[in-house]
Amino acid sequence: MYRYDEFDAKFVKERVAQFRDQVERRLAGELTEDEFKPLRLMNGLYLQLHAYMLRIAVPYGTLNSRQMRMLAHIARKYDKGYGHFTTRTNMQFHWIKLVDVPDILEDLASVEMHCIQTSGNCIRNVTADHFAGATDEEIEDPRPLCEIIRQWSSLHPEFVFLARKFKIAVGATPHDRAALLWHDMPVEIVKNEAGEVGYRVYAGGGMGRTPYIALLMKDFVKREDILAYLEAVLRVYNQDSRRDNIHKQRIKILVNAIGQEEMQRRVEREFEEIKASGSLQLPQEELDRIRAYFAPPKFETLDDKMPVGSYDFENWKKTNVHKHRAPGYAIATISLKAIGQTPGDISHVQMDALADLMDQFGIDEIRVSHEQNLVLPHARKRDLPAIFARLQKLDLATPNSGLITDIIACPGLDYCDLANARSIPIAKDIAKRFENLDRQHDIGELKIKISGCINACGHHHAGHIGILGVDKKGVEYYQILLGGSGAEDASVGNIMGPGFSAHDIGPAVERVVDTYVKLRQSGERFLDTYRRVGMEPFKNMAYLEQMYAAH
Amino acid sequence: MPLIKDGAFVQDAFVTVADDAALPDGAAIVSLARFQKDREALLARNAPLGIQLKAPENPELLGEDVQRFSVIVLEFPVFRDGRAFSWARMLRERLKFTGEIRGTGHFLYDQIAYMKRVGFDAWNVAEGFRLEQFHRALTEITNVYQPSADGKKTIRELRATPRP
Repeated sequence: MYRYDEFDAKFVKERVAQFRDQVERRLAGELTEDEFKPLRLMNGLYLQLHAYMLRIAVPYGTLNSRQMRMLAHIARKYDKGYGHFTTRTNMQFHWIKLVDVPDILEDLASVEMHCIQTSGNCIRNVTADHFAGATDEEIEDPRPLCEIIRQWSSLHPEFVFLARKFKIAVGATPHDRAALLWHDMPVEIVKNEAGEVGYRVYAGGGMGRTPYIALLMKDFVKREDILAYLEAVLRVYNQDSRRDNIHKQRIKILVNAIGQEEMQRRVEREFEEIKASGSLQLPQEELDRIRAYFAPPKFETLDDKMPVGSYDFENWKKTNVHKHRAPGYAIATISLKAIGQTPGDISHVQMDALADLMDQFGIDEIRVSHEQNLVLPHARKRDLPAIFARLQKLDLATPNSGLITDIIACPGLDYCDLANARSIPIAKDIAKRFENLDRQHDIGELKIKISGCINACGHHHAGHIGILGVDKKGVEYYQILLGGSGAEDASVGNIMGPGFSAHDIGPAVERVVDTYVKLRQSGERFLDTYRRVGMEPFKNMAYLEQMYAAH
Repeated sequence: MPLIKDGAFVQDAFVTVADDAALPDGAAIVSLARFQKDREALLARNAPLGIQLKAPENPELLGEDVQRFSVIVLEFPVFRDGRAFSWARMLRERLKFTGEIRGTGHFLYDQIAYMKRVGFDAWNVAEGFRLEQFHRALTEITNVYQPSADGKKTIRELRATPRP
């Protein structure tokens, strides 16, 4: 993985000192809260319901064991002993004191981590496929480009006060695991007819109040031109976006207001100019230098045989172990969705133990997925039974990756002051209802995604079943959306109708799932059946109980 | 309002003229609306001319006239409105404007370094703002990752430079 050189290290160190000064000025009353807010946000610090929340960047979801241990240390020393992995593959701590933040940032800097641009109206943490570098499906590892983007976007003088937040993801496989098209600016690594590798760039995806799937901007951007093209998109956005209504300031609104062609035209004009100036052209040496950091580990020559084990191990293998590019190796998903637990939460004990496990089994990096799970990208197949046994002891071996209990949920009203409703208890309730593993396997791939408000941090628009918490006269209600997807067949979920109470939402979801089981044809996932039969049959069943109650 | 230019407090040689006020004899800064209305008369004057653009006003609206101004003032209605960062860069890089680009309005100490990087070289600061703060704002972060209008060597270029 990437290692800081002297320049990166100095940059982050100076940024910590700068923030220490900003915190001191705030505590001394020299900065108003309104003035301090954008500064703390650009360092990942939010003020929430009970305390400050600190969001730590995990660039493209990659961590080494030292970094994992540092996160455990921060959880122990400065928080309540646990942290939360987010859909942006970052880590959040929810019980932070303002005075501690400079020290935390210094601790993070010592392991080459930071909180830069994890919040605020700027370019956010760049995400990628969590199987990057390990899957045999990809054209190339997307992370070198992510790192190049991370550096280019760090304190970019022109783009730190954008109209709204701006999210970039990089994909490199036909099967999209990064919810690519839901980003403000998706970048897809592609090969053209001549066999050259380059980039396909989209713009204008986004969740929130007005969900949009991103539209194509340019089919093929040459390697050396990519930063010039990204800068061109950002410049058009910064110049032309609305600034008069916070709900209409994302790039998706601009792209859809002026249209795809006009957006392409404006970007092209900037692109030609930036390209001609030559200042952002990527020299091959720089590409090679960055790429060298992401060279795959030296794979041993191993027997490709998959070990066979206990009933539990076999179940875990079915869903949580995936094909690796090298013989004798596998990718393993560590579920952070134990039934009854908060999706994405992890304790300091678990983090420390995972760091030990990584060291012991020679796994030098671990990944965070946008689905709020962890991934061991390079595990020896022969080690899997031992790894599984360790994970079981840590309550990290739930065999549910991709199944109905692998639920995405934002922190919701339990923590977040933007939320209208709680997400976590709903996620726990639904997981509990479908706890039976045979039933989960029978249902198959079904992605439930829960957001506690319209900001959609829990990706509800992209859920096969999405759940959105709303506030109706001070009472929490939950709307159901069906048919969303965050994969290569990206689509926006449709709202079913009026919301359900916190008490009724679980049973309603169960009736929707049962309807699928009745209606499905051979081989159909929930999403396929929904796309075939539409909303009506699901809606009829979901509201059935309420109809009885009304009569 | 105090003015910092070339790293020091300077006397503002320009008078900012309200749209309905009479023009002074000397150097004056007018709004885009005033300029568009009185263009001929303003350009015929024998004194330096400046223009103040509001955040939504794209400098390209000035067309060829851009080179007739000694000063272009870019307004920050609120520090969150970052359009001026792109306008300044456009003035320097596309329109090749070499005169003064002055920031005015509501920007923060913490934005001064970004402003310098995109091409601002003059700042209207609040009463009581100290020069020491200004210099400090510019030195908090030594190196930069991106090329910009200040021509500063990027970290990528520094990496490629042989070191002793």
